[in-house]
Amino acid sequence: MTTLLDQFQLWLKGFWPEWAAYIVPAIAGILVIIAFVLTIVIFYIWWERRLLGRFQIRTGPNRCGPEGIFQPIATAVKILLKEDIVPDKADKLIHFIAPIIVFVPILMIFAVIPISEGAILVDLNVGIIYVVAISSISIIGIFMASWASNNKYSLISGMRSIAQMVSYELPVVLSIVGVVLVAGSFSMLKIVEAQTIPFILLQPLGFIVFFLGALAEMNRSPFDLLEADSEIVAGYHIEYSGMKFAMFYLGEYGVALAYAGIITTLFLSGWQGPGLPPIIWFLIKIIAVFTLIVWMRATLPRLRVDQLMSFAWKGLLPMAVLNLVIVAVEVLLIPASMQWVMFILNFAFAAVLILLWSKLFTLGGGRVEV
Amino acid sequence: MTVAITGEEIGKKIAEAFPGSIVSSDKGSVVVDSKQLYLIGEFLKNTQGLEFDYLTFLTAVDYIDYFEIVYRLVSLKHNHSLMLKTRCYDRENPVVPSVFNIWRAACYQEREVFDLFGIKFEGHPELKRLLLWDGFKGHPLRRDYL
Amino acid sequence: MSIQTEPFILNIGPQHPSTHGVFRLRVTLDGEVVVNVEPVIGYLHRGIEKLAEGRTYTQNIPFTDRLDYLSSMTNNLAYCLAMEKLADIKVPERAEYIRVIFSEIMRISSHLMAVGFFINDLGAMMTPVLYMWREREKIMDMFEMVSGQRLLYNFMRIGGVSQDIPGEFLPAVKKFVAEMPKYLDEYDQLLAKNEILLVRSKGVGILPKETAISIGASGPVLRASGVKWDIRQLDPYSIYERFDFAIPTGEVGDCYDRYWVRMQEMRQSVRILEQALAQMPEKGEVCASVPQFFRPPRGEAYGYIEAPKGNLGFYIVSDGSIAPYRLHIYPPTLINITALQDMVKGWKVADLIIIFGSIDVVLGEIDR
Repeated sequence: MTTLLDQFQLWLKGFWPEWAAYIVPAIAGILVIIAFVLTIVIFYIWWERRLLGRFQIRTGPNRCGPEGIFQPIATAVKILLKEDIVPDKADKLIHFIAPIIVFVPILMIFAVIPISEGAILVDLNVGIIYVVAISSISIIGIFMASWASNNKYSLISGMRSIAQMVSYELPVVLSIVGVVLVAGSFSMLKIVEAQTIPFILLQPLGFIVFFLGALAEMNRSPFDLLEADSEIVAGYHIEYSGMKFAMFYLGEYGVALAYAGIITTLFLSGWQGPGLPPIIWFLIKIIAVFTLIVWMRATLPRLRVDQLMSFAWKGLLPMAVLNLVIVAVEVLLIPASMQWVMFILNFAFAAVLILLWSKLFTLGGGRVEV
Repeated sequence: MTVAITGEEIGKKIAEAFPGSIVSSDKGSVVVDSKQLYLIGEFLKNTQGLEFDYLTFLTAVDYIDYFEIVYRLVSLKHNHSLMLKTRCYDRENPVVPSVFNIWRAACYQEREVFDLFGIKFEGHPELKRLLLWDGFKGHPLRRDYL
Repeated sequence: MSIQTEPFILNIGPQHPSTHGVFRLRVTLDGEVVVNVEPVIGYLHRGIEKLAEGRTYTQNIPFTDRLDYLSSMTNNLAYCLAMEKLADIKVPERAEYIRVIFSEIMRISSHLMAVGFFINDLGAMMTPVLYMWREREKIMDMFEMVSGQRLLYNFMRIGGVSQDIPGEFLPAVKKFVAEMPKYLDEYDQLLAKNEILLVRSKGVGILPKETAISIGASGPVLRASGVKWDIRQLDPYSIYERFDFAIPTGEVGDCYDRYWVRMQEMRQSVRILEQALAQMPEKGEVCASVPQFFRPPRGEAYGYIEAPKGNLGFYIVSDGSIAPYRLHIYPPTLINITALQDMVKGWKVADLIIIFGSIDVVLGEIDR
């Protein structure tokens, strides 16, 4: 199907010159996306704080406005009013551009996430590959931030970050390939359209691997060693304050929104659903995914760095490969009309594999002789 | 029930092994000569029937004529305890042998006594100030400090 | 060809979210592996031992509150025990029972805080802390009922307690004791089999038995290493020989054992509380009569108790005047951190934080 913006462009071509009809929809689309992202991020900040409060048997912010909905705005104002301190011996240029390199790719991911029926900025026919490629650029920004701060704590965090981000890319990408195999195309719109049965039911193992890998990519608990509050005291953004810290902070919630959007598109069948308008369904799904993310943050302690790497290479990667193989074989053998068979088979495989792995897998590492 | 062995019994045993080292002994404690303190400490730890393997506290008291260093020893196996004391009569440069190699519990406590009283412990691997900063002059817990 | 690396020194400084106070560690790291650890203390040194020589015996009791400020009733108790030994004062029955009830409630409060912050250091984002503080708030409310204070009570006196307990206190304690086992079961259900907790703390930071005895460790640290040594049973003070309770002992001496010993000790404290509430006399004196300017006889005494953190003792030398000649405080946590270097070598930065958290230090006690 054609996107809304394509239809808008066609209509404009009727009475405006070529170049105007090309630029105006693009700018309109970008503004809509930025507005959407900022609004939902502000909502996410509020939602996370209230939800964490309920998990911790307390209320959460409820003073600033009715039920505390102006709390994120108060937070944003506070952060923006702070003095921007740069350490004396820090590498000034890299210290300055690192937050930009972290934040901008996250915004760029939203170009290919369909918010509602046809509401996507550009329907690239390599949509999901574009997402994977762009999200890897943020890692460079994080490493630049930790290196340029001239601080031993952020140095430790930077070393951990490279290891963690690179090792969790592989299971994420492999589980995406499983989805692509069933959908038959890389384009995000077509993946959503192909989901008559949502892919979470057809590939539960793929969903679990992708979800855990995404948690690690987002630096969220239980994989938040990069900014482990109790050990290295805020890690890579330890020397940032003011607007630059605001970019990191927004970036953290922005990437949570981006991955929630990607999970909804890939596994939860995007905007489709009976009854309500599609955009409402999309919002419900991203809020549900975010609730799951916050739930994991509130309840689980964090892993150590060598256990994290063991988990990625010995736990998630073999599961992702096996999932890919199983899905590939099923796509070959099962005709498209009997997809529900995949559902039963995949659940059985997922249960067996997870039980098997939990018995065989030991998180190695431990004491090193010094 | 921890039995506090009377100082007199221990005093007799120590006097047999190290004649001339007991200064005084009464119901509560035994006072020994500081020169033989290390050997007496080893004797108390290794002898059958005594086996004082657990040092609780180690501190010093400033009686103006002398410093008295107090040790309390406990035997976990036999469940009895003893107060061992030694005296140091030199105020300018007090030196006492360290019991670090017998009971490692003396590690921080001897450093603290050095910090606050000025008593040096021979044989302690790292005798420097513990609670006060390194450039501090004087030893606060002495009676003539303030 | 191997890569040349060189170790660097990281200062986990006096201000840090996880050092449980102003404690400084100079850590030599080789990558993420800890090679050497050097603790630097003294940031909270207030000179209590010297100050005490200028104040009367009763005026020194508020100083003892500020040592281990998370369990101040037990500090008061140790000091009053030392004075009662020195001057041979007999404490009335009802006062003894009140003291035992306060000590055991204080033990529960201190262990709740210790366990909660141990798991917070693991990274669980304050959730276990807030669950455990739900009970701790009830304890603080009970103590506010009695002494008007939530944290530093200054309630015990030489020869008993300062005033009788109000009528609402005992029913509140009974209600607390009835509900506590259910909450302890809830914590066990949430925490004891948590995969991440087990993997991060089992086998980590082992303190072998001989080392624990040699460094003079005490309290849950010693018991987790396999030594069954609890002063309440082996050298009873106050009226502890009338109560029946077990001493939980660990096997290996790793972080998980220290956490487990503290959880079990809370259950035993609830047992003691039930027995004490049942046996307590209805009426009676609450303090032996001691003059305001108390002059004990010449001599010395050492009063020691099983505080929540270990074996807390006060050594008092008196020369017959109204102020002590020498007051020495024997803090359990200063001795417990002697083995920090042994326990931490070879582990990573993340483990250093939780090994330190499992020893459960309070800087007020270490620095005095």
